[in-house]
Amino acid sequence: MSATTAPFPNATESWSLPSRGKVAMAGLIIAESAIFTIFVVAYLFYLGKSVTGPTPAEVLETPIFYTICLLSSSLTVHLAAKCLARGITFAFLGLCLLTIALGGLFLYGTAQEWHRLIYEHGLTVSTNLFGTTYYSLVGLHAFHVTAGLVMLVIVAAFGLIGRVGVKQSGDIEVLSMYWHFVDAVWVVVFTVVYVLGR
Amino acid sequence: MSSNVITVPVGQTDARPWVDELHQWLTTVDHKRLGILYILSSLLFLAVGGVEALIIRIQLMHSHNNFVSPEVFNRMFTMHGTTMIFFVAMPVLFGFANYLVPLMIGARDMAFPRLNAFSFWLSFLGGLLLYFSFLGGSGLYGAGSAPDVGWWSYAPLGARAFSPGHSSDYWTLALLVSGFGSIGTAINIIATILCLRCPGMKISRMPLLVWMNLVMAGMVLLAITPLSAAQIMLLIDRYLGGHFFDTQAGGSAVLWMHFFWIFGHPEVYVLIIPCFAFMSEIIPVFSRKPIFGYPVMVAATVCIAFVSMSVWAHHMFTIGMNSYANSFFTLTTMAVGVPTGIKIFNWIGTMWGGRIQFKIPMLFSIGFLFQFLIAGLTGIMMACSPFDWQLSLSYFVVAHFHYVIVGGILFALFAAFYYWYPKMTGRMLSERLGKWHFWLFLIGFHLTFDVMHIPGILGMPRRIYTYEPGRGWDTLNLIITIGAFIQAIAILVFVANLIVSYFKGVRAGSDPWDAWTLEWSTSSPPPAYNFATVPTVASRRPLWDEKHLEDPDSQYE
Repeated sequence: MSATTAPFPNATESWSLPSRGKVAMAGLIIAESAIFTIFVVAYLFYLGKSVTGPTPAEVLETPIFYTICLLSSSLTVHLAAKCLARGITFAFLGLCLLTIALGGLFLYGTAQEWHRLIYEHGLTVSTNLFGTTYYSLVGLHAFHVTAGLVMLVIVAAFGLIGRVGVKQSGDIEVLSMYWHFVDAVWVVVFTVVYVLGR
Repeated sequence: MSSNVITVPVGQTDARPWVDELHQWLTTVDHKRLGILYILSSLLFLAVGGVEALIIRIQLMHSHNNFVSPEVFNRMFTMHGTTMIFFVAMPVLFGFANYLVPLMIGARDMAFPRLNAFSFWLSFLGGLLLYFSFLGGSGLYGAGSAPDVGWWSYAPLGARAFSPGHSSDYWTLALLVSGFGSIGTAINIIATILCLRCPGMKISRMPLLVWMNLVMAGMVLLAITPLSAAQIMLLIDRYLGGHFFDTQAGGSAVLWMHFFWIFGHPEVYVLIIPCFAFMSEIIPVFSRKPIFGYPVMVAATVCIAFVSMSVWAHHMFTIGMNSYANSFFTLTTMAVGVPTGIKIFNWIGTMWGGRIQFKIPMLFSIGFLFQFLIAGLTGIMMACSPFDWQLSLSYFVVAHFHYVIVGGILFALFAAFYYWYPKMTGRMLSERLGKWHFWLFLIGFHLTFDVMHIPGILGMPRRIYTYEPGRGWDTLNLIITIGAFIQAIAILVFVANLIVSYFKGVRAGSDPWDAWTLEWSTSSPPPAYNFATVPTVASRRPLWDEKHLEDPDSQYE
């Protein structure tokens, strides 16, 4: 701040601003929340309005195990970011890979459920309103899990070749914000689809 | 920004081959160039949308006219609405935000320059995609061309059965793509404002333009996304056989209306809040007074943003909602009038007792104040649901929202063009052509849109292809069409002014208006790095402090 033109150079003793990565991710999360809200509203609005079967009560099974997987992955990604900030890269890498495994397991669970619904119950997007709203809402969430996994895999790949260090811990925290958001959305989707919706 | 002071290289040459220059523009990540690209792309679409408006007006000039076929007429009003909102108004406002926000907060660029370029190209290519529908819309079925189901694309008109071919797909994809661009820009604006302010630029010292663009960007995050979600649903319906808006399978056409207007109404405020921002910068400078009631202006803006999120169903009074919904949306809509009124009083309060200079930007600003007030008043009339039942879907509504968009938004934009053009190009726009532009446009505007209220009251529905003689609509429609052509001539004068002044305008210098915000402290046009030394500010009017060391604003804060 040398050679300032303003007449009061002592006006700013301390000047700190928020991290732009975190602010941008918060903005993205707000925008994504609005998108999910619209899909959740559509799901709730069309509950019980299907003119043909199958209904949610007939075919849906609560995916408790896979939900636990996804929710615990929030913890692992949080610990991973913590470890990286303290410079424990080895633990960071392990926790990062564990997060990927848990997220992958969750996606496997979704795939298995969809396979069962399609082949055993004949429920597709075009079967009835339940099919349309269910696959869109759960699919939109699964898409976000996939996007998060892609980013985590990239981070892990860079970690494996030793390119992720304390310097990147801010970026990893931004990624972990996204992953927490994906988990939080699942809490809502789970409540709406598997608890209220049946 | 690694350091606050950079050394300026001397002896840079500006003469480069034009291919290099073009390449630089296409690959630029500089916020100023992207801002100008946004503005130029919106001027291009303004010309296209304007021609569509003229075609509509020629068709309606007299009864039983068949200047174009009914099918073409439907395409024209659909494309006119979609183009003007998504590819003219949004990009031009984003362009000004892009250009001005970093300069006004003393930053060297936006927070994410590459995201900025990505967002611009998404929105521009989205516009091209929309217009490609004229060529590719027929699809395999050989039916349809450009979208022709209105800019709301109400269900079930957007469904496969009623929009065969690909016309609605181009519409959906264009809006989805440009919507993602808008979200990217909004995130960028928020991150820039919160994270890149120069030392001393506390949030309570930001120029009102920056404040209002922050609010606008926040609204974009919450308003554009419902539209994106609804477009995804429409695509699922059209391509995967979904039933979201398929009434045959239990779906709801009304749900689409809700989703569309949850976007559609806040969108109006997304467009008007940056125009409030222009007014809040321009009126004080030409009244030679600081803005009246800065904190109240900020509070009113935030208040408008909040309330405008809960007024959407006033577009849907005629679909038969229950009386509670009607009352709720009537009340919330009228409530928006309160903070808006506060703003108008604050601008008048700023002018009150000032030494007003009637330069072109100020002329357009005064036009804005007057017309925006009238637009607000007809808005309050239609907020009243029983009144709306009579006039909804008539030309009265068309007149009302054109009063907002042309009389309000476009006048504010013209003021902004005249005010910041010297900063962007280094040359002043011609006062003489500017006066011609202002008066011609003012006369044309009032001829068109004042008169347009009357056929609406007489019962002329909107989107009508033609009408019977002897209903008393003929003369009025002829006057409206004449007004439209006067506006078109005024726009030509404006474009001529932009071009001629670029080459022959008076050199502006860094601060032609004796203004007070940071963008006027750097050269015109600003260098790529904006500020050789990152400024430090101590008040809301840093340049006032610099020019009046004996009586700086910072003493009073």
